[in-house]
Amino acid sequence: MNDTAFEAMRRAVVDGDADAAAAAASAAIAAGIPPLVAIDEGFMPGMKEVGAGFAAGDLFLPDMMLAARAMQRALNVLEPELQKAAVERAVAGRVVIGTVAGDIHEIGKNLVGMLLSTSGFEVHDLGVNVSPERFVAAVQEHRADIVGLSALLTTTMTGQRTIIAALQAAGLRPPVKVMVGGAPVTGAWASEIGADGYSEDAMGAVELAKRLVGAGEAAR
Amino acid sequence: MSPDVAAAVSPAVVGGIRVEALDAEAVARIHEATLDVIETVGVRFPSERALDLWEAAGATVDRGAEVVRAPRALIERALATAPAAYPLAARDPRLDLPLDGRHVYAATDGCGIEVADLATGERRPSGVADVAEIARLADALDEVAFHWIPVSAQDRPAPSRSLHELLACWANSTKHVQTESIVTAPEARAAIEMAAAIAGGRDALRARPVLSMMQCTTSPLGQDGGSVDAALEAAAAGIPVGFMTMASAAFTSPTSLAGTLVVGNAEVVAALALLQIAAPGCPVYYAAAQTAIDLRSGAYTGGGPEDFLFGAATNQLADFYRVPLSMGAFATGAKAPDWQAGVENALSAFLASAVGSDMLLGLGLLNGSRIWSHEQLLLDAEIFSIVRAMLRGIPVDDASLALDVIASVGPAGDYLTAPHTRRHMRELWRPRFMDRRPMGVVEAEGGGPRAWANAKARELLATHVPEPLEPLLAAELSRIVHGREREAGVETAPTIVEATAAAGAGR
Repeated sequence: MNDTAFEAMRRAVVDGDADAAAAAASAAIAAGIPPLVAIDEGFMPGMKEVGAGFAAGDLFLPDMMLAARAMQRALNVLEPELQKAAVERAVAGRVVIGTVAGDIHEIGKNLVGMLLSTSGFEVHDLGVNVSPERFVAAVQEHRADIVGLSALLTTTMTGQRTIIAALQAAGLRPPVKVMVGGAPVTGAWASEIGADGYSEDAMGAVELAKRLVGAGEAAR
Repeated sequence: MSPDVAAAVSPAVVGGIRVEALDAEAVARIHEATLDVIETVGVRFPSERALDLWEAAGATVDRGAEVVRAPRALIERALATAPAAYPLAARDPRLDLPLDGRHVYAATDGCGIEVADLATGERRPSGVADVAEIARLADALDEVAFHWIPVSAQDRPAPSRSLHELLACWANSTKHVQTESIVTAPEARAAIEMAAAIAGGRDALRARPVLSMMQCTTSPLGQDGGSVDAALEAAAAGIPVGFMTMASAAFTSPTSLAGTLVVGNAEVVAALALLQIAAPGCPVYYAAAQTAIDLRSGAYTGGGPEDFLFGAATNQLADFYRVPLSMGAFATGAKAPDWQAGVENALSAFLASAVGSDMLLGLGLLNGSRIWSHEQLLLDAEIFSIVRAMLRGIPVDDASLALDVIASVGPAGDYLTAPHTRRHMRELWRPRFMDRRPMGVVEAEGGGPRAWANAKARELLATHVPEPLEPLLAAELSRIVHGREREAGVETAPTIVEATAAAGAGR
């Protein structure tokens, strides 16, 4: 019985069908399947399958994004149930992301946010044109492990340095890791401003985030 | 190992892009000039058989100089009987290639004399086992529609070499084979006998020619006698045969591009007319790989803007005569799969394809068609796949205008998660060898196009098993090859290629 339900969940994610994923999540609740079990045995296997297809070169970014969106819709349905049951989902890490002050480009940042979120991270997306103060406040409020700073322009990427300095001044560094990204950003720039990591694409950003939380835990 | 997935062919379909190097008036002037050259200057045919045919047809023949001067009416009447469309047949009928003016079929290049070793990169003289291995690799690529003899089987005796090469191709691929290495009538007769054995008799071969033949002219304004005699054998048997001009501007033809086109055109037109006089209605084609010499060395260059323009212009001439064209493209002068190879092969392949050359030669050779490289074969295949995608052009209709999805995404959204994207994204060209990795990944992992092509060649050679010849048929082909050797007094023991084929093994 549950096998059929899990199969429907997995299928919805693999197909990137957000409506089907939401319906499968509601059906799980109705059938009394604990939300954590639905996530771990229903939806996550779908995400893993899509991730493996991507790694093998058979699937592409739109497949990943559609799967992530379906997963997100299922989580939206399941989360109130988790809260009701006072169950906290184990998260890989808490991430605050945003596009730095003066910059309104968000597509790359959204991509990273979506993929982090469906890879088990709790993501707080502050949007675009985010001031250093808001970054600091959000990190404190959400007890973030990682801050992701996006900038598309050579003129705004200097803001990444300002934010790192603000985090430092607030006493949040080095435990809170900083990752930077955006078209003009390079590994050399990341080192220069004292960021902990940099990735050229969204898939690499997920790997980087996993490494950074691993390193953070090992340091504790 | 058992045969894996069947070999496939995916030609470029002509129509999405239009390129024109000559306008109608220019084509007409080249034609007029050509007829004038054939009538007044003449073309050399050092073949008794050819001179007899010309004389009987009403041409003026200078027996001493072996030069034919043919009146324009004779040439035009002869060319009118050439068929405009016919198939190149394959061992596997699903891989037959209709030469219908709407497809561009790419082939391996030929005929190289060295092979760059896949493991060491070192060069060595080519042999019959190389022909077999290259045919097997090309069989696995859908960009390769048919085979030229890629390299010379220099370890076989000269009188039977071309036949060993054919056997090696047929034993290792189910695709059409076009030989450019037969230059005598006895070899041609033996090759036709082999082809008939595969097709199931002479009439079957005429209907489904699994073999076609390509001969070279001898610029300026000449032919090779043995090649002409071999071509006449092909014409009599009804297998497609073409003549290729390699007129080289500033050496074997005028420096001006139009003058080079005229000289080459006169050579090809005269040869095709002779074949129609000998066997009216026989399938013939135009072939060309004109070039401009390197002014320092006098050498054939295998690339350059003049060559690319010849590639764009020649199909217009072939279209004017309503015969298919086999066009020399690729064949870079570069010594390794590098920047020069990419530039030359991309431009030559694009221009010759955009104008709709029916047959496109040829993938895999470096150093002006001398050195075979498996890596280059795969990288050339990628170039052809780009050209093939470009020739699809930009279809504009309700579905492709995509107004529904534009409205549903709206301003400031993105199309990554639109269902329309997933439905159509596989229509976008995807690279196998272009390096699109992030810079950091490249720095960490190394590798790149040439290394990947090398690995892919190894993988295909380790796994691809073409449909083998029937053992009895393979034995029959061997019998014909060795019969020719006995005739020529050079009989040899069967090669490993023949032994493998006769055992019914795919490799």
